[in-house]
Amino acid sequence: MDLSDSPEDAEFRARLREWLGKVLPTLPPKPSPDDWPGRRAHDLGWQRTLYDAGYADVHWQASPAVRLIFLEETERAGAPYVGANFVGLLHAGPTIAAEGTPAQRARWLPPVLRGEEVWCQGFSEPDAGSDLAALRTRAWRDGDDYVVSGSKIWTSHAEVADWCELLVRTDPGAPKHRGITWLAMPMDAPGITVRPLRTLAGSAEFAEVFLDEVRVPVAHRVGEENDGWRVTMVTLSFERGTAFVGEVVACRRVLGELALEARRNGRWDDPALRRRLGALDAGFRALWRLTQWNVSEAEAAGGPPGIGGSVFKLRYSQARQELYDVAADVLGDDALDLDRPWVADRLSSLSYTIAAGTSQIQRNIVAERILGLPKGR
Amino acid sequence: MRFRLTDDQRALRDGVRGLLARRFDRTALRSAVDRPGRLDRTLWRELGAAGFFALRLPEADGGVGLGLPEAVLMFEEAGRALLPGPLVATHLAAGRVPGAADGETVVAAVDGGGLVEWLAEADVVCGDAEGARPLRSVDPLTPLHRVPDAAAAVDPVAVLLTAAEQLGTATRACELAVQHARAREQFGRPIGAFQAVKHLCAELLVRAEVARAAVYAAAVTAAPADIAAARLLADEAAVRGARDCLQVHGGMGFTWEADVHLLLKRAWVRGRRAGGGAAGEELLAAELLSGAAR
Repeated sequence: MDLSDSPEDAEFRARLREWLGKVLPTLPPKPSPDDWPGRRAHDLGWQRTLYDAGYADVHWQASPAVRLIFLEETERAGAPYVGANFVGLLHAGPTIAAEGTPAQRARWLPPVLRGEEVWCQGFSEPDAGSDLAALRTRAWRDGDDYVVSGSKIWTSHAEVADWCELLVRTDPGAPKHRGITWLAMPMDAPGITVRPLRTLAGSAEFAEVFLDEVRVPVAHRVGEENDGWRVTMVTLSFERGTAFVGEVVACRRVLGELALEARRNGRWDDPALRRRLGALDAGFRALWRLTQWNVSEAEAAGGPPGIGGSVFKLRYSQARQELYDVAADVLGDDALDLDRPWVADRLSSLSYTIAAGTSQIQRNIVAERILGLPKGR
Repeated sequence: MRFRLTDDQRALRDGVRGLLARRFDRTALRSAVDRPGRLDRTLWRELGAAGFFALRLPEADGGVGLGLPEAVLMFEEAGRALLPGPLVATHLAAGRVPGAADGETVVAAVDGGGLVEWLAEADVVCGDAEGARPLRSVDPLTPLHRVPDAAAAVDPVAVLLTAAEQLGTATRACELAVQHARAREQFGRPIGAFQAVKHLCAELLVRAEVARAAVYAAAVTAAPADIAAARLLADEAAVRGARDCLQVHGGMGFTWEADVHLLLKRAWVRGRRAGGGAAGEELLAAELLSGAAR
């Protein structure tokens, strides 16, 4: 058991840290959360900066350990989050890299890396959230096109996306996990309507997407027709792998800020509050170590972090919500003021036990695939 | 970074697991329950011969010359087998108390919190046990005395090895729960097929795996804050794990015949040792402030 960097990893860390120290002070300030075009420009600009410095493909090419160092150091330095590039870099990109043809890789991957195109995720539907395979959006062949009709929901970045990784049903007669196809849909195609959805946090984080006989070329299909479920599982293994690890570093920073705020406003003198902060610190320390363990195991096995990601996600989503509940106790009455720090974060943390597979779905995965308990409901 | 078991560490863990499976199986566990307060001296010497106590002593001093990570793996197995006896106290006394290293001498210690485990069976007691009064111990496999006005310093290694034992017990709780959930049928199917039971089992595993990462990392860094965090998570994994295991067992779990209560009671006893609970949380809180102020 060894927690120190290998010489190559230590060199990567030092080089990255030095570069971040130089480049971050030159970046423009973050736009407001409701300014979607501004956010798109900001996030794409950061991706372009990474590209020019040779760090654009760190999530795809590098070893898991290097990916971990990248997430740790960028978060510690306060670098911008992957933001609007999330789906392109962490879902669609890796999926196309793994399952796409040479022509598809050449068409779609470079613009993601260069920070030129934004992707969104067209998986969930009003009646197919946790039961993703129940999706009903239909696609049928008409010459060299698929014609797509239906609707998608909870689609992050839909308003500013150029492409959508879209799951459609191409064989309604087949069992529900078969008969699904993975398509790359251009978001400017006729027949697409995007309606922003306001979240409980007050912002428009995601949207409903209505599809009315949208034509998508057959050449935009990744994987075989009716084989989209398998392709999707490839996508989800990336999502649950390392997608959240930078956030643990961020949570530990918030915890330190909360301790300082509590000392400033006198609540530090309450032992019950201090103990909750200490207990949370224990939890985030452990989650960070669990990430290092998962990454070390994945590196030894030569694949992406697997279902161990479900163990991490279950505990992390819960810990993040507890963090902001403690923040509310540190703030007192100010916890009801949306202009105070951490209040908006508290609201958005409520999505963590739902998004990317609810806690209930993750527990089923842990119980059935790790512990080998029988399937059922 | 290679934060995983080396081949040698894996072999060590498997060796200890094998030894305990042979020498302290379920029959031995239950007969120990039937003879409360008595320590198996033959087994104690065998543990000594296997290096259980001398593991971290330098080879020049007749020890095995290994480190904290290896000690943690051994104590995890001891916790998994619910091995009774003042294991941590004797391990820490090796090299200082004659006979402790090879298991000839049984060493008890006064804990910072004022409790002593296995006082009557011990050959040597570390700390001032003056005025010790016996308790009717909740755990049939851990006789306890209370010492008035005890104020021993807290040894971080003792805190970590306690965490390792708790981790092993949490793992055992998960194994027992899953075994039962697969075998026990109600409403015509294994109860493990029902989500309510399945989710209890999943949480058992999640708590144990999170604790494992914390305990192993603390063994590598030996930093007091990492050790405090490891202990908090391992205590939680063991105590809540044993409770959930009992729940999965249903009415069976409330009987003396099922082993589940032995897991929970031992986890409670270890949870009272110094360095856990409020003390651990306060240590981490203080660390938070000094780290943030830097």
